[in-house]
Amino acid sequence: MSAGHRLVLDDVRIILQGNTLLELDAEIGPGEVYTVMGPSGSGKSTLLAYLAGFLAPAFQASGRVLLDGHDISRLPAERRGIGLLFQDPLLFPHLSVAGNLRFGMPRAAADKAGRIETALERVGLAGFGQRDPATLSGGQKARVALMRLLLSAPRAVLLDEPFSKLDRPLRHDMRRLVFDRLREAGLPSLLVTHDREDAEEAGGRMIELSH
Amino acid sequence: MLRLAPLLIVTLLVGPILAGLAMALLPAFGYLPALGGHGFSLDPWRQLLAQPGLARSVGVSFASGLFTTAVSLAVVLLFLAGVSGSRLDRWIRRLVAPLLSLPHAAAAFGLAFLIAPSGLLARLVSPGLTGWQRPPDLLIVNDPWGLSLLAGLVIKETPFLLLMCLAALPQLDAERRVAMARSLGYRPMTAWLKVVAPSLYPLIRLPVFAVIAYATSVVDVALILGPTLPPTLAVSILTWFNDPDLSRRFMASAGAVLQLGVTATALIAWCCLERLVARLGRHWLARGGRGQGERPLRLAGKGLILLASLTAFVGLVGLALSSIAGFWRFPDALPQSLTATHWLRALPTLTGPIATTALIAIGTTLLALSLTLAALENEQRSGRRPAEGKLLSALTLLYLPLIVPQIAFLFGLVVVMESLGTRPRLWLVIFGHLLFVLPYAFLSLAEAYRRFDPRWTQLALSLGASRNAIFWRVRLPMLLAPLLTAGAVGLAVSIGQYLPTLLLGAGRIATVTTEAVSLAAGGNRRVIGVWALVQASLPLVGFIIAVGLPRLLWSNRRDMRGSP
Repeated sequence: MSAGHRLVLDDVRIILQGNTLLELDAEIGPGEVYTVMGPSGSGKSTLLAYLAGFLAPAFQASGRVLLDGHDISRLPAERRGIGLLFQDPLLFPHLSVAGNLRFGMPRAAADKAGRIETALERVGLAGFGQRDPATLSGGQKARVALMRLLLSAPRAVLLDEPFSKLDRPLRHDMRRLVFDRLREAGLPSLLVTHDREDAEEAGGRMIELSH
Repeated sequence: MLRLAPLLIVTLLVGPILAGLAMALLPAFGYLPALGGHGFSLDPWRQLLAQPGLARSVGVSFASGLFTTAVSLAVVLLFLAGVSGSRLDRWIRRLVAPLLSLPHAAAAFGLAFLIAPSGLLARLVSPGLTGWQRPPDLLIVNDPWGLSLLAGLVIKETPFLLLMCLAALPQLDAERRVAMARSLGYRPMTAWLKVVAPSLYPLIRLPVFAVIAYATSVVDVALILGPTLPPTLAVSILTWFNDPDLSRRFMASAGAVLQLGVTATALIAWCCLERLVARLGRHWLARGGRGQGERPLRLAGKGLILLASLTAFVGLVGLALSSIAGFWRFPDALPQSLTATHWLRALPTLTGPIATTALIAIGTTLLALSLTLAALENEQRSGRRPAEGKLLSALTLLYLPLIVPQIAFLFGLVVVMESLGTRPRLWLVIFGHLLFVLPYAFLSLAEAYRRFDPRWTQLALSLGASRNAIFWRVRLPMLLAPLLTAGAVGLAVSIGQYLPTLLLGAGRIATVTTEAVSLAAGGNRRVIGVWALVQASLPLVGFIIAVGLPRLLWSNRRDMRGSP
């Protein structure tokens, strides 16, 4: 797809009531999945909220977040170009499968319908466009969520324990699919998890948060 | 713009009330230049105190307010304490919900038709049990003690308090609390009353206050069911205000101020009762009684709430029957013949008021929903939660129009409008209805809006959608069901309004409610049946839409059919 992007966390520090919650310095190259491990309460989700632009006002943050060389840490969330994958697929219940995919596509994108159909075919869901998301299985929903993310043409991706709610056998396949697609798209990704297998299969660098 | 919404709401609610109260206070002390009152004096008060039966009016208003609230609250708490999730319980809940949409006046007419000497009840037991061949000469409706007024109010306030409780209960994790207490040996009902009720009450305190304020100052129900010689204070005030002799307006204003005092005293008395119950309750809680003989209490809870709701429904049946009755001799339980004459005769006069009612209700509700959505959306975007800071007090302000007696500030408001030279117009009535529709619309929608999973917003933002796009394309469609419910509540509140329509419309804007209530004095049962039935069914249209439209729109979206 594109030439590849680069996400740099330059001396990022998140502070809550004067206490430093976490510090991170990292450079994530195109197609690389950088894993942040840690138990709950270690500030993983706060880090994601900061990078995506949803940090609660109670927190303070310093440092820079560079995406392709531009500091995005002061941009509003919708203009950062950072895509998210949650634990739950979160398909909009009022839209069809195709409607969900279309929701994220840039307004000017050409041949939306064609690209949606191709995207569905690539994850084995050809002809699912008009389906109600509620009728899909867990694995199918996860795949739609992934394609929605990719079609929205992000320049970097945050993964918030996206495999933790999947059944074991499915989990392995889903990891492969997600990591392959992200690599193929040349997207720098930051994976937050407490599952060591996630980190191993991601195959990139890993950092462990304590607390 | 959005940031102004909370301020706008507070101004819209508080401004008119303060202005209205001020303009009731000034004439009460003789100052109203438009009517020749240039100086201050105590004459209006002397005149007021010289009114025959004033003490009794005040007494009935005060007592019916307190008793209505106490009885309704007790019934609701007893019922909830005895709820075991049985089919009967679920059935009762389903029975009670639609009663909330029933206008007060229609419920009052229904009750009157039921218990009057020639009403359905007397017919059912006559002449078999009573031997009555003609209606007995008893003053049951409009009794001097206000007991039928009390009953009419309890029928309407019980469902209101029940729904308020049901809305608050999920925060309390009641089932686990009761399970905990039962594992310590408490009987289920005692467990509920000891570990759930004390935490529930603070959450429904404002609605309880609203019931007190409403019941002490109600006009339409009192016109239909209340005592007549003398009537309740609020009704007396209305009579004085509408007196052709304009100088009586000063006395009416003094009455309005007195009404404010009566309601305030009732609220204070209730607070003293709260203290007393809390003190006695603490002892009862700590004494460790596990509860015995719960069965009668449980039956009382279910029985009373059933009685209240069935009374309302049977009353409606009575209205319907009257509206199509031909010749109907007294002890006969059913009319000898049925006829459409009353409906056909009323039809030409019905259409105008129905259109006006719908116009006012829809206009008011749309305004209220827009303001509510703006305020809630602003809350979402600014990330400020009601618990943090000033919004908590804003919630109390929302209740202000429900706690200050309508009659106390609406007069003043009319005076303000008259002195500004504003003619009674539809928009003025809409503005008056907004005072009462807005709080209910807000309270009804706020919970769903605030509970909306923030991840949907985050996800949509990360997909590049703007804040506005998210509002229109994500939040609004996903919250359509609660939005429509809030709309239906708003419509029902507006349709049921009597006093604001009457006063701000200067009697010239006829809605279904004003027409129906004005028939009360005439006593033509057939015509009243038609009008009250129309009044009762109009709000149902809103609720049918609120239930039906989401199912229709989302027939192909399974997760949208239960509200999100």
